[in-house]
Amino acid sequence: MGVEITTTRLEDAAKWAKSTMVERTSNWGRKFSLFTYPFVTACCGMEFMSVAGPKYDIARFGAEVPRFSPRQSDLLMVVGTVTEKQGPAVKRVYDQMAEPKWVIAFGVCASTGGFYQNYHTMPGVDQVIPVDVYIPGCPPRPEQVLDALILLMDRVQSGRGHSQLRAKREQLIAAGQDEG
Amino acid sequence: MAQKVLDSLKAHHPAAIEHTESQHGDEIAWVKRDHLLAVATWLKTDPTMRFDAPVFCTCIDRLDWRPLGVPLSQAWTEDKPRFEVCYQLRSVTHRYRIRLKIAVLESDPSVPSLAGLWPAFNWQERETFDMYGIRFDGHPDLRRIYLYDEFVGYPLRKDYPKEKRQPLVRRDDLPMNPIKVAREHKPEHK
Amino acid sequence: MADSQTLKQLVLGRKDVQDLSDTEHDLPPDLMTVNMGPSHPAMHGTVRIVLTVDGERVVKSDVQPGYLHRCFEKESEYATYTQIFPYTDRLNYVSPMINNCGWAMVAEKLMGLTSSIPKRAEYIRVIVSEMSRITDHLTCIGASAMELGAFGPFLFFLKAREWMYELLEKVSGARLTHTYVRIGGVSKDLPDNFAADLTHTLDETAKVMVEVEQMLNGNKIFRDRMAGIGALTREDAIATGCVGPIARACGVDYDVRKDYPYSVYPEVEFDVPLGTTGDCLDRYLVRIEELKQSISILRQCLKQIPDGRILVDDPRCSLPPKKDTYNTIESMIRHFKHIVDGIKVPAGESYAFVEGGNGELGFFVVADGTGRPFKAYCRSPSFVHLSTAGQLIQDHLIADIVPIFGMINMIGGECDK
Repeated sequence: MGVEITTTRLEDAAKWAKSTMVERTSNWGRKFSLFTYPFVTACCGMEFMSVAGPKYDIARFGAEVPRFSPRQSDLLMVVGTVTEKQGPAVKRVYDQMAEPKWVIAFGVCASTGGFYQNYHTMPGVDQVIPVDVYIPGCPPRPEQVLDALILLMDRVQSGRGHSQLRAKREQLIAAGQDEG
Repeated sequence: MAQKVLDSLKAHHPAAIEHTESQHGDEIAWVKRDHLLAVATWLKTDPTMRFDAPVFCTCIDRLDWRPLGVPLSQAWTEDKPRFEVCYQLRSVTHRYRIRLKIAVLESDPSVPSLAGLWPAFNWQERETFDMYGIRFDGHPDLRRIYLYDEFVGYPLRKDYPKEKRQPLVRRDDLPMNPIKVAREHKPEHK
Repeated sequence: MADSQTLKQLVLGRKDVQDLSDTEHDLPPDLMTVNMGPSHPAMHGTVRIVLTVDGERVVKSDVQPGYLHRCFEKESEYATYTQIFPYTDRLNYVSPMINNCGWAMVAEKLMGLTSSIPKRAEYIRVIVSEMSRITDHLTCIGASAMELGAFGPFLFFLKAREWMYELLEKVSGARLTHTYVRIGGVSKDLPDNFAADLTHTLDETAKVMVEVEQMLNGNKIFRDRMAGIGALTREDAIATGCVGPIARACGVDYDVRKDYPYSVYPEVEFDVPLGTTGDCLDRYLVRIEELKQSISILRQCLKQIPDGRILVDDPRCSLPPKKDTYNTIESMIRHFKHIVDGIKVPAGESYAFVEGGNGELGFFVVADGTGRPFKAYCRSPSFVHLSTAGQLIQDHLIADIVPIFGMINMIGGECDK
């Protein structure tokens, strides 16, 4: 009675999240035109500026345009330390973004809190929002950021970003409910 | 650097100054709390002093202060004042620097505010209140500045544990990539 | 909190209520509360301003910092003096070497080592500090120009900043957060061929600056948006504790390198640019001139730098040479104690300050004889300047907040510590 969908690993989820031709084409278009929302807080912002600058050009990968409104962007880059006071703001920005959306945790402070283990630093932004790609480094070299962007683009293409899987799961549950 | 500043201060306000010292080139004057406003006003307006530039305002929490290499009598004990509020001032014309220190007890952590004399101390006193819990009487807008209002406690005090977080966003009700999604499961966040 | 009658007077252009026409009297516009931040496109870190506006004009503002409070003081109480260097890097993260130098200075002052630092180490500190100051001003002006619509200067200055980052990476190993300075000197010597590389980079940077000045200085749009905006009088600047380029633009002749000289600054010649009106255009011009002065200081230091040690030869604060550490038990124990317990600084308190990118950056340290400070307070100029921001944006348009904020150069890490 109903569809039992369980998975223990994100990779295994790809088995039941088979993609159609339409999905593959739309994912191809999405990955080469990511509109970033640079949620810049701290020192990693300087490296983000370098990545967007002329030497380590992020525009080559299609992710040139920073959109400073969550409604118009699909890649939330959390750049720098997230504090507890900032938590509601990050969550709100993430909630306001339209699906499909991806999150990159840029820098070790956004990934795990870095070497700040105290009463105000959130140990990683994944405490409040789901993160697709983590970039370690304090701050990460721009080449690392571009490598992470390519990794994310692979995820987008195969449909394995968190929000894409969520949508797929809800779709399958709804289909299973209709059948049942 | 300028011992004559301290001598002049002691000459003009003998009742207000507990004692003065000079450490590593800095002049320090211990001021009694009740006379702080009078001393500060004199330091700002007197033509030989002219301390018109504020530098910083902070507080030292001497709980369990037991320095090595000095006699044990200098260590902190329960009867000594716990907090020392420090104000550092600078004179643009005369190039003097001075640090005023006020000893404050834990049971009555309040100090008259100098924000009316030097506007820079407005925010710096708010920061000291936020971190140590020292109340500044006469401050126009004493509220937390770095931390959020829901935060309980004063984190830079020695008895606040470093890693005690008070998160604003509840973590346990977020649907973060649920591992197991069965048909009966209904996420609560909706 | 002003009552509604006073607010209506402010709103309606400071006219008296009886002078209003009938329509204005019957239909007073309401004030609107607008939230700006904490994540906003001006790339200055995270600050929230709650504005009360009448149309576009700011009537009341409440600036709320603290969104990047990373507890520098609390972390410092649990880390040794050398372990605090990375925390100081991340205070003013566009000019990290200057913060490192300030922290080293306060520890050396407490230990009494200030006069025995080797000359070569002092010159290296000044060289990397001035390089960091160049990156600070390039970032500030570039980002501010971009927010006013001038995208070209931003990219040109970013190109120049990349050259500086590459050089700093050759010196210290990291592009941005160097942790290069140590108590008693610096950690590594300058790389080979550094003088030639730096001279070439300075020549190229000077050319880039000429291009950007041609684009901005005479540009009508840039001048209209910056001139007369956010003016601060000299007395206000002193009373609110402003230092650095903001105070110098108001005419306050205060530069720590000249007034309380430290390190080898007495041996190099440079001027301190002063402005007159204290508005945003003056701050921009002061920063451009300081860039030129920093380039001149660097050229002089490269000529004058002597050979010698780079770390003071004092067993209290320096690690033993590696071959002794691996071969003798005493050196190994000394190395171990330095790393685990930290450099023991005798009990006392001191305040030491340097000229940061934004002004007087100071550290107030209370030491208790162990390897960890009892209290380490950072006097950050950005915090003080941000407190004047509420006064500066009063009665200006929302669009004027952008150049004012840009030229204050509020660095979030330094402001919120």
